[in-house]
Order: sequence, then structure tokens, then C-alpha cells
Amino acid sequence: MASNRQATASANPWRAPLLFAVLAVLFVLEGTVRNSMFSGSWNTSLAILNMGLISAITALGVNMQWGYAGLFNVGVVGFLAMGALAPVLVSLPPVEGAWSAGGPRLILSLFVGLGILALSRLAWDRTRKGWVVALVLLVGFFLFRGLFDPAVQAIEGNNPARHGNIGGLGLPVLVSWAVGGVFAAGAAWGIGKVALGLRSDYLAIATLGIGEIIVAVMKNEDWLARGVKNITAIPRPVAYEVDLQQNPDFLSFAQGWGFSATEASGIWVKLSYMSLFLVVLLVLILLAELALKSPWGRMMRAIRDNETAARAMGKNVTRRHLQVFVLGSAVIGIAGAMMVTLDGLVAPTGYNPLRYTFLIWVMVIVGGSGNNWGAVLGSVLIWFLWIKAEVWGPAAIAVLTGPLAEGPLKEHLLDSSPHMRFIAMGAVLLAVLRFAPRGLLPER
Amino acid sequence: MDILNALVVFLNFVFIPAAAYGAQLALGALGVTLIYGILRFSNFAHGDTMAFGTALVILVTWGLQALGVGFGPLPTALIALPFGIALTSLMVLGTDRVVYRFYRRKKAAPIILVMASVGVMFVMNGLTRLVIGVDEIRFDDGERFIVTVRDFKAMTGLDEGLALRSTQALTLVVAFAVMIALFWFLNRTKSGKAMRAYSDNEDLALLSGIDPERVVRQVWIIAAALATIAGTLYGLDKSFKAFNYFQILLPIFAAAIVGGLGSPLGAIAGGFLVAFSEVAVTYPWLKVVGYVAPWYEPGGLMQLLGTEYKFAVSFVILIVVLLFRPTGLFRGKSV
Repeated sequence: MASNRQATASANPWRAPLLFAVLAVLFVLEGTVRNSMFSGSWNTSLAILNMGLISAITALGVNMQWGYAGLFNVGVVGFLAMGALAPVLVSLPPVEGAWSAGGPRLILSLFVGLGILALSRLAWDRTRKGWVVALVLLVGFFLFRGLFDPAVQAIEGNNPARHGNIGGLGLPVLVSWAVGGVFAAGAAWGIGKVALGLRSDYLAIATLGIGEIIVAVMKNEDWLARGVKNITAIPRPVAYEVDLQQNPDFLSFAQGWGFSATEASGIWVKLSYMSLFLVVLLVLILLAELALKSPWGRMMRAIRDNETAARAMGKNVTRRHLQVFVLGSAVIGIAGAMMVTLDGLVAPTGYNPLRYTFLIWVMVIVGGSGNNWGAVLGSVLIWFLWIKAEVWGPAAIAVLTGPLAEGPLKEHLLDSSPHMRFIAMGAVLLAVLRFAPRGLLPER
Repeated sequence: MDILNALVVFLNFVFIPAAAYGAQLALGALGVTLIYGILRFSNFAHGDTMAFGTALVILVTWGLQALGVGFGPLPTALIALPFGIALTSLMVLGTDRVVYRFYRRKKAAPIILVMASVGVMFVMNGLTRLVIGVDEIRFDDGERFIVTVRDFKAMTGLDEGLALRSTQALTLVVAFAVMIALFWFLNRTKSGKAMRAYSDNEDLALLSGIDPERVVRQVWIIAAALATIAGTLYGLDKSFKAFNYFQILLPIFAAAIVGGLGSPLGAIAGGFLVAFSEVAVTYPWLKVVGYVAPWYEPGGLMQLLGTEYKFAVSFVILIVVLLFRPTGLFRGKSV
């Protein structure tokens, strides 16, 4: 990209409010109008919005890495999954017998594992001999497995039909959101330490790898989050629909607005989630904007626009990159924890990189890389379109294939309309990247 | 005899599968490394190019089978391969014309090209799903085995059997032939020399009158051919599933980086290194140890890592190389 990404002429100040207004109209239409294009249900509309807000927080994290520093993170799905572990380990009630079965031993083995990695680092620094490091790692690996495997077997053997996992601490679920950020930051620190400071594609490839591996760990380590058996019943920070429907005050309130009890309770729960997500989103944007306008933010942008010059000015580029990479991943981790809280379940098989890494990238690029509000706009808009494409896609194809004679070809095209979404998103990404690289809301 | 049995088990479960897988990875990594050498970016769309090419090969194979055309004991897909390569080359040249050329002329940063390749990956992935669907497809026909377990046991009288699937042998033969042809092209022909010159020093190559667009076109065609061949061999050997080709991207990148990005010889070495480590680390060695050291009775299966974590192996190799020798074993490009 050219040396400077900021818009040359000052952009129209009404652009952002106008685009956000268009977005709001879309959601109101989805909530009120019932025809072949919109569902006319506030429950659907708010459900899309809530997931859109979580995508917006994820995109905010990606935007810090890409927009502020030009780092290409291809492992978003992994950092989301890291964050998803936090509600499981922090806010689920403790599992009876799991801790006594192998808890201390498990913790010990994890510390031993980390200690071995540190020791091998030390061995390398002291001796500079590859075989010494290899020996330390080999002996360490068997030591780790010797401690780790029996602990895992004991924990997974504890009531495997219902639990078999280590269980949580029983703390409030909102605490786990912050912990999710810490988890993701930890993973990001490890990967950034290795891959940053080398060529820019290496970070992309390394994050691609860590993303796959974190998801693989989640699928296969049953002691952690029950693996593919899924964890359900993550505690909620908001009311339950069932309780609301039995609350007479709420029922009369719902009747006043002309909604049925089921519909009103659904809307109420979604509105509560929405408010929580909005608070988190706005706080994060505030912090991000303050950081961007501070000397630190100017330094980050200087590094992004010309690394060599920034290095000549005495800035430690690799260190700053590591910093912003960890911060951005922490935000993604928070989003991961929030997503699990919203869904109420952890299902590792759902963590598909196309959906969780590359779609987020489309959101950031379309919204305007380097602009936090742009990331929010792009996320909610693209998420809305992504969901609605499920409805609109087949309809569009039906119209397009209308003149075709009935036959296997037409049937095949109609059946495969879900795949059109990928083609459409790829085309959108490529088109924006080429014709409007600054996105909908350019960086100021 | 026990040593022989151990050797047979080793060959059957480790050496032969790893060699075939290594050849497939090496072909994939060659494509990545050539693109890197000429266009100077890591092509994230390579895995999905493999899937796309394989999908086309499968379609042509089905067409040929419907016409009653076969290849005797060999899979029909081999006849379909040239058609698949031609169509994939057209597709890839099209993406270069529509997407990459613009950034090349603008001399955009490599990371922008990487991002564009992600967009191409999305489109290719969707096209593949559109053309062939998401289900698992087996398209190998012809003779299934060259040596079956029963024949081998009858022949040698050993307790352990050895099976050599025809797809495995085919993979090795085809990969070897392709590699020979590629190195002949790079080292002996004028176009190949121009390509290497361009890869070594772009400005000098331009000064000597090498047409850059021609070199780029050639490298895309070669990469498309390598991707289609690698994808088809992988699909014949395992089975075709679009998502697997996305996942194979990580081992391919690991192989290319281990060998040194931009170094064809390195890509081949890297492919086999990654494949052998992956299979060796995830194979339960209990049976082999049982023959070699019958007095030793281990508690478990003697498996270092579960097969679910096979991608972790290529990742660890990648990390080790990045830490200790970022230019790779064969001194690839550093910038």
C-alpha cells in the first residue's frame, strides 16, 4: 500500500452518521416489515444485531492489529476460541470430584510444561547448542506427559456422561469476559514473540497455524471444555425467558406494548444483551480512540507507514508490534467470551476459519481499515448481509435461473446457492481492496 | 524374523504413507515457493487452487467414465489430469489478470497481495463448493492394490503384511516425473533460466530484456499444474473433501518455509521432512517396539501425539525454523 493511508481531502463529516442511519433503517425494516425480503420479527432483527455487535468487537481487535500496525492476523478463529474457554473455566459451577481427581496434578503438569519451555530457552541462551535444547525438550516432553496424562485420565473419568471436565470456578460470567481477553493475549504473546520481527507473511502463516491448533485442542481435550461433547448452560448475565414469562409485572408490561409473552420475553433478553454489548463496545472504542490520538497512537501509525524511518528515529518496531498484537488479540478474546455467553454453549466444531477469520477480515476491510467506527459499521453491515444472504441468495438465484428449463442444472444451481455467499464475500473483499482501499469510513 | 516383521510394519504404516504424503506436500510446496520466488508473496489461495483443480479433474473423470473411457488398471483421473490442468491454468491466469496484476504494477506491499490472495481463496472455495459440493468424494478407479497384505504374507511367510496401494505408487512415480521435468525446465530451458534470473534479481533481469509479464504467466501456469497434480494425487490417495484442502495449507507453508521460500529443492526436502515427522510423531509405535524389543512392555500405545494434532507437528517445525533459521534449510529469500 502507498506510504500513507489517511484520506488526503477531508471527508464529508455527514458520511459516518448517514451510513449508520442506513444501517439502522435496515434493522428497523427487518423488525417491522414482513415480506419476502425481511422477516418482520424484532426477535430476528435483534438476534442479528447482537451477533453483529460481537463481530464488531472482534473487528475492533483486528483493526488495532491491521489498521494501527499493519499486522495480518489469520488466526482470529483461534483467539476467539481462546476467549471462549474463559466462561467455561471461570463461570461454570465447579464439577464435583474433578478437582480432587486430578486438579493439582494437572496444574503442576502445566507449570512443568511452561518451565521446560523456559528451561530450553535458558539452555539455548547459555550454551547455543541445538542438541542440548533438543535433549531438554525431549526429556521434558516425557516428564510432562508422565504428569499430564494420568491427571487428564482421572478428570475425564469423573462422571464422563455428564461432566468429565475440570469445571469452573463459579464466578460471575462478566468476569470471564476479561479473563477471555487475558487468555487470548497469552496465546498472542507466544506467537508474536516467535513470528514478529521476521517477514510480514510469517505472522500470517504462524497465526493460521495457531488458529487451527487452538481449535484442535478445544475439540480433543475433553478435560478442558468437554471437547465435541459441547458445554451447554453457560450461566447468563441477563434474565431467562422462562422466568420473565412467569413474572406478572412483566406480562402486563408486555401487554401494554401489544406483544405476546413469548415474543416480549425474547425481545427483553436480547435487548439486555444488546445493552451489555454496547457498553463493552463503546468502552473499547473510547479506549482505542484515546490510544490512537495519544503519542503512542501516532507512533504506531508512523511505524505502520514507514518502518525504516520509525526505526531510524529509535523506535523499537518489533516490540511495538508485539504490544499492539497482544492488545488486539485480547479484544478478540473478549469477543470470544461474549459470543459463548450469548450462545450459552461452547461447540468447538462450529469454529470454522472461513466464518470466523476471513469474514471478520471482510468486515474490517469493507468498513475502513484504521477507523474504529468503520470497523463497527462494516461488521454490523456485513453480518446483516451475511445472514440475509441465506434468504436473499436462493431468491436471487431463482430469479436468475427462471428462464432456464427445469432440469438437473437448475436444480444443482438452486441447491448450491448457500455457497454463493462465499463467492460474494470474496468478490466484495477483492473489489473494496482494489477500488476503495480505504473502505466505507476512511481513516482520519 | 522379528526384525523383519518390525521393518514390514514400519514400511507399511510409516514409510510408505509418509512418502506418498510427502510427495503430495512437496508438489504443493513447490507451487507456493515458485509463486513466492517470482511474485514475492505467500499465496493463501494455493490450497483452494488445489481443491478447484481437483474438482475439475473429478468432473472430467466422471464425464470420461460416463463415455466408457478408462485407463485400464490406472485411475481414469490420470487422463482427466491434462484437462484439469488446462482449465485451472486459465482460471489462475484470470485471477492474475483481474486481481494480482493491479497490485504488482502499483508495487504494493507484499501483505496486500497476501490479503488479495485471501479474497481469491474465498472465491475459489465458493466455486469449488458450487461445482462439486462439500461432500467427501472418492474417485479412484482401476486396480486398488499393487501388493495386498494377503499376497505379501503368502509370498514371504512373515506374520505382518505389507500393502502397497496403487495410488501411493502412482503418487511417487508421478511426483518424481513432475519434479524431474520442473528442474529440467528451470535449469535447461531459456524460459526457466529467465525465471530463475527474475527470481534472483528483478532489476537485473529486466535490464537483460526479460519480459516480466511472460515470466509471471509461466509461473502461474506451472503453479496451477503443480497444484492440480498435487491435489489430484492427494484426492486419489485419501479422498476429495474441499475443507481438507484448506487445512493442508499449513503443512504446505511449513514445508516451503522449512526448505526456504523461493528454493524449489528446499520445498521438496521440506515436504518430505514435514510428512515424515507428522506420520512418525502420530503413529503408535507399540507394534514395532513389540517386535524389536519384546522384553519391554510399555504402558500405552507409544504414540507421541494423537492424530488429531498432526497439524501441530508442522506448526512446531515451522516455529523451530522461524526461531533458529528464518531463511530455511536451503537459504531461501529473507525479504
